[in-house]
Formats: sequence, C-alpha cells, structure tokens
Amino acid sequence: MLVYFLRRLGQSLFVIAAMAVLVFIGVYAIGNPIDMMISPDADQAEMEAAIARLGLDKPLWEQFYIFVINALQGDLGNSFVYATPAVELILSKLPATLELAFLALLFAIFLGVPLGMIAGLKPDSIAGKTIMTGSIMGFSLPNFWQGMMLILLFAVVLRWLPSTGRGDTVDVLGVPVSFLTWDGLSHMLLPAINLALFKTSLVIRLARAGTREVMLQDYVKFARAKGLSQRRIVLVHIAKNIMIPVVTILGLELGSMIAFAVVTETVFAWPGMGKLLIDSIQALDRPVVVAYLMLTVFIFILINFVVDMLYCVLDPRVRLSEAKA
Amino acid sequence: MGNEFMRKSTLLCAVSLAAVLATPVAAQELTIGLSSEPSALDPHYHNLGPNNAMRRHTYDSLVLQDEKQQLQPALATSWKPVDDTTWEFKLREGVTFHDGSPFTAKDVVFTVCRIPTVEDSPSSFTVYTKAITDMQIKDSHTLILKTAKPYPLLPVEVSTWGVLSATANGVTGDIGFSPDGCTGVDSYPKTQAFNDGSKAFGTGPFKFKEFTRGEKIVLERNENYWGTKPHWQTVTFRPITSNGPRVAALLAGDVDMIDKPPLQDLERIKSEGFEVAQGLSNRVIYLHFDHEQEPTPGIDGTDGKNPFKDARVREAVSKAINREAIVARIMGGVAVPAGELLPQGMFGSTPGAVHDSYDPDAAKKLLADAGYGDGFKLVLGSPNDRYINDAQIAQAVAQMLTRVGIETEVDAMTKSTFFARRNKYEFSLYMAGWGSGTGEMSSPLRALVATRDKDKGMGGTNRGRYSDAELDAMIEEALATVDDDKRESILRQASQKAMENYAILPLHYEVTPWAYREGLSYTPRTDQYTIATGVKPAG
Repeated sequence: MLVYFLRRLGQSLFVIAAMAVLVFIGVYAIGNPIDMMISPDADQAEMEAAIARLGLDKPLWEQFYIFVINALQGDLGNSFVYATPAVELILSKLPATLELAFLALLFAIFLGVPLGMIAGLKPDSIAGKTIMTGSIMGFSLPNFWQGMMLILLFAVVLRWLPSTGRGDTVDVLGVPVSFLTWDGLSHMLLPAINLALFKTSLVIRLARAGTREVMLQDYVKFARAKGLSQRRIVLVHIAKNIMIPVVTILGLELGSMIAFAVVTETVFAWPGMGKLLIDSIQALDRPVVVAYLMLTVFIFILINFVVDMLYCVLDPRVRLSEAKA
Repeated sequence: MGNEFMRKSTLLCAVSLAAVLATPVAAQELTIGLSSEPSALDPHYHNLGPNNAMRRHTYDSLVLQDEKQQLQPALATSWKPVDDTTWEFKLREGVTFHDGSPFTAKDVVFTVCRIPTVEDSPSSFTVYTKAITDMQIKDSHTLILKTAKPYPLLPVEVSTWGVLSATANGVTGDIGFSPDGCTGVDSYPKTQAFNDGSKAFGTGPFKFKEFTRGEKIVLERNENYWGTKPHWQTVTFRPITSNGPRVAALLAGDVDMIDKPPLQDLERIKSEGFEVAQGLSNRVIYLHFDHEQEPTPGIDGTDGKNPFKDARVREAVSKAINREAIVARIMGGVAVPAGELLPQGMFGSTPGAVHDSYDPDAAKKLLADAGYGDGFKLVLGSPNDRYINDAQIAQAVAQMLTRVGIETEVDAMTKSTFFARRNKYEFSLYMAGWGSGTGEMSSPLRALVATRDKDKGMGGTNRGRYSDAELDAMIEEALATVDDDKRESILRQASQKAMENYAILPLHYEVTPWAYREGLSYTPRTDQYTIATGVKPAG
C-alpha cells in the first residue's frame, strides 16, 4: 500500500514538473508582452526599463529558474497587467465560474436524466426519436454560435433575459454570489443553459443507453412479474441503476466546465476564470496564463491521485496486482 | 366624506408628483458597454487608451484636450512660456477635490512627484513628466515649471495626467520637488487605493462609486464640479470585449451605448432604430518599408537586393494602391484616404495635402526604370485583430501590388505575434497604425520616420529604420521651437519632406463609430475615447 502510494505520488510530481516546463516554454514562446502593454508614445529607454522591470531581458532558462524557485514557495508570480498576484486574481474569479458550472450541472441532470429515460423506455415513439435528434444537435452546435443565438432570441427579440454580464450579487461569507437575487439569477440563466446544452445531450445518451440495458435485467423482469407498478419500476429500480455511469461522467465533466468555460464566459461577458484566461492570453499576461494552467493541472492531478488511492482502498485486486508488479 | 376625498386626492397628487420626480432620476442613468476595460482606476498606473479615457471622468488635468484634441483650460485657466525653458501656469480658484480638500499648486507638485513612484506600472506616465526639471510654487494658484531644453510640448503633456490631492494623501508641509525624488512626502497612495476607492479623490465631473474588475465601473455625478455639471447622475461602464455580444447588449437594451461597433453591423444597428455617431480619428493606417536590411526578409527575385532602398520603387508601391477603393469597399466608406500621417485640420498637417492618385501604369513604369520590370516577390506583414478590418486591407493591398508586378503574399497574424516579429525586423513591408496622442504632427514624425536614437528618444516605432539627417534636424528643431506658428510651419515642411521621399505610405485615417439608443447624442472624438460627459440627451 505504502509502496503504491509513493509510486503514484512520484508519478504525479513528475507530471507536474513536466507540465511546468511545457506550459512555461509554450507561453513564453509567444510574442513580447511589452509590445501589448506599453503606450506607443514610450521611447526606447522607457521600453527597456519596462522590459527589465518584468525580468524579460533575462535568458529563458533564468526566467524559468526564477519561476520554479518562486513556485516552490507557492508564488506563481504577479500579473503583468494588474500587478496583483496571479493566483489571487484567478481565485477572485472562481466564485462566478463555480456557480455557473453548478447551475449548468443541475440543468444537465434534471433535464438530461428524465429525457434520456423517456427515450430509453420508448425508443420508437415520436418523443423518443425527437429527444435523440435534439441531443445530436446539442452535441454538434458550436458553443459560440449557440450562445449568440440564445442572446438574439431571449435578449434581443423576446427581451425576457439580460444579454450579458453578471447582475446583482450578494455576499455570502465574503464571497459574492448571484443566485440569491432574481437579477443575478436572470443573468445566469442564458450562460448556464449554453454551458449545459452539451452536457445535457451527453447525459441523455448515457441515461438512454443505461435504461435500455437495465430494462432487460432479471431483477426488472422479476419486479414486473411480481406485479410492481410501472411507476415504481422506473423511478426506483431503473433510475437508481442508471445513475452510476451518469454520476461518474458528470463528475469528470464538472472539472472541465470549471476550467474551460472559456467560450461561454466570453460570449456572455461573464466575469469568471475562463474570461480572465482569454483576456490574459490576448494581453500576453504570461504569469496569469501560466498560473491558470498550472492550477488546472494541479487540480486534475490531485483528483486523479485521490481517485486512484480510493480504488486501491476499495478494491483489493488493484492493491494485489500493484504489489506484484 | 369630503375629508376622505381630500385625502385620496392628496395621495393621488403625491403619487403623480413622485412619478414626475422619479422619471428624470431614472433617465439620468447611463450604461455604456466598453470594448476594452481599463487595467486599473489609478490615474497614473497604465498609460494606455482605456485607462486614459476612464481617468478623464474622475481626475482633471491642468490642460484639457477637447474632442478635436485642441488644448482648453481645465485646472489651469491660462499658461504661457516666460522664456524658452520656463512656463507659468495660472491655476483655477475655488476648485475642491471629491474629499473636500481645496485645489492648490501643491497638489500639482505632489502629482508629478508621485508619477515615477507608481509600483509595477506596465506603461509609465514618466514619458509625460520627465521633461519637467523643476517646479516652483509662486503663490497658491500660480505654478512655474522648468525644462532643461526649450520644450513646446509641455502644455500637451500636462494634459495627459490627472491631478491628485496632496492633503487627502497626508501631506501637511511643503514638498521639495526634485526629478529624482521629492522631499516632504511620507508615502504615496498605492494603486489598490484607487481601485477600492479609498483614495480615489480627483476634481473631475464624476466620483468613484464602485469597481468590480471584469464586471462594472460605477461613477456618480460630482455635485460640486467646477465646470458644467454632467447630465448623468450615475454612469455604469460594463466591459463586453467581444464584438457580437456588445452589439447584442445594445440591441437588447441592456446598455445605452457601446463603443467600437463592428463596421459590418452598422446598418443593422441603424435599421433597428439605434443611432450611430462617427468621427475622424487621429489614427493613420500606414505601410512601412524596410529601409535598412539587404537582403531583406520576404523578398525574392531581386538577386539579394532590397528594392525599397530605391525611392522609385516606393513611389511605385504608392501609385499602385487605390486608396479610394479600399475605403469604399473594405471600410464601407467609414474611413478617409490619407495623404499624410495626421488628418487635415490637426496641428502640423498641411492644408490640402493629398495622396498619390491610383495610377498602375505609372507604377509599372517606375518599377521598370528602377530595374524591376519583371517584378519581384514580396511578403506583406499585417496584424489581423488590431485595426479595423486590418487583414482585409492587407489582402486588398497585396492584390493591387500583384497587379503591377510585385507578387505579394499576405502574412497576417494575431497582434501579439505581429508586433513581436515586426520589432525583430522580420518584414520588408508591413502594415500598422499610429494614433497621435498629442494631436500634433511631431508625434508620428518623431515615432515613425525619425532615425532610431535611444538617447534622443526618437524613432521609437520606426521599424523600417528610415533615416534622413535633414529630416531629423527639422523634427528636432520643431521639438525645440516654443512659438506655435513657427513650430507648425517647420512640422509642415518636415511632413512634406517625408512624404516626398516616400519614407512611409499613409493609407487612410480610421473613422471611429459609436452606437447608442435613440434620444442620446455623442460628439465623436479624434482620440477615440468614450467619455460620459460627451453623451447628452438629444434635442
């Protein structure tokens, strides 16, 4: 067990180190941040001073060395544009992204599972076929275009919902959240739907496949033979058993919704982490981009590490085969 | 019975009165969707367009640049050169900062002292203060500024930075001015103090109310403003950086006004009952040649020679380009063909300056005379997300050049990559733009065609490395001539000289559009800034 733990820990650290090199070199290969930030009126002396202040005159290996030494002490650098610590900047945008991702997750579950089950129970009905066709649309529409269409329909033509921005927020334990006011919630609806459509389609497909499979199981047949109502069979025996793959997949997808809601946040001017990432890439705000990617890498590796350790605890076969290897 | 009727009618009266009162209050709110967000609300943190435009709302400067970038009195009521290196500024009396402290000459000294101390400034305002070698307070409302050399740009430069209150920042005694660090100031306010509002005290028409990065900036009318009070009680700026969603936010009625609507959407915006204001900007789009390297990158078929060293080839390029067609077809008429680096009517532009007319036959002949009758191959560098329709313009230029025998391929890329490559001299011909921050000809001449010289601060953006000693001498002379009329005539001559030698090819001046709901009006600004005091109810 301990050997397994140490080996996985070593692998994780190696991945983090490799990613640090890739991300740093990748980001530092693009452009020159000074060109993006400095006023064109600045003369050469002024420009050189700015370059020196940001440490951009040092050779790449030295910049990387400084970055690594600081990162080991938990400091991922200051934003070039805002002059505040990059991690602080990213974390300040986290609540907006989190609440959007969770609302989208709720949509995906509460729309996707029932629709998928209907499609699975009655695959040949018109409803079933419509749902499946709709889910293909949800998969294939480009996120950006779909967001613009939502804005056009609900904000410009119907004027039911606001087009962009975050709306009123309320502080809960010092964290600003939108979902507690109607104004805030109405601003969240469109981006959340946009973010949820793809995931909903995914859940519909999983739920449908699961339903069809479970319906053929012996215990469903037995329940039916026992004379249980259709309602009870569907809601208790089928619903429970199809949830396992749905929950697994959504757990993974939640991570990507948090880290990469870039397109949705840009279209809806939602002040979350994805918007910050895009803005920072355009402004060549290297420390923010590097910190963002490193945080993402770290979170994914941490999740995987925990999951692997849990497998090991839960399933003796993993433990045994690893011990032999 | 009668009593009850009375009460009811009073109530009705009160309600209708409240309604009447409430209407104008609601109408005094303005929401503007911005294409780019300022990086901070500190007036001295980042010398860049979005920050400078936002600064104008809260912090006044001594001198004001109006819509046409002409200088107007602001915190200074008058200014004059006493001799070649001394200027006297008379300051406005009876002005107070947002915290109530009175405005005096000491506040200006404090401001100039603070500018070099701003931590981690991405683009410092010291470019606009370093000419000041000494500041003397003659009396509480008279200020003497000294420069090392004759410096005619001083009034323009003091218009670029906002004035802070010394009292509000804890200065009690006198301040001893020195360019290397002032005495008498314990500490300067940090950038954060302006973002959270704790030190956000200027004398401007609006006061700081709220700032949430990425979401909104809210400003409130300054009821004690010394000038014309703005119409708006509250102004909210919302950054919506993507073009489509910004237009949608206007059409949906979520914002009253947006800046920089895409040209292709202007018709749609107008047809939905919204209005568009557009005005000539100070930004010229130009082509710059490589005047230095031989062989030069991207050129093929000249046996290693750099054809652009020959003025005839540069002239041929100019004559091969149909500027009217570019403006009409690609810019939808929303641009003006350029014959100089600064639009007509601005300081130092030559009245009636015209561009070369489109003449492909003359271009072919010039190429043949220069020994390139068979043409050559060329790569034209251009950004594709920096200027209005930039990549399409580059494509059009390439086609026009190909037609006269210069087989041109466009290498268009995102701005961050483009500027980095340009600054490494990787293009023999590139397209870029220049906005004149000072509103006078010395700005583009000094930056784009003066010989690169770090010590003199010349040629900062001259990435074609054009060099002409006579032209340099003229620009330097202009920059040392305090008399406005004399300076303007020297600048005109210098500009004509640069144009005659085809040092650089101006294509057109950008026209900046703004779009807003019916019932508003906006006076377009040459500096492309969006300023809420310029937004007025129509009629």
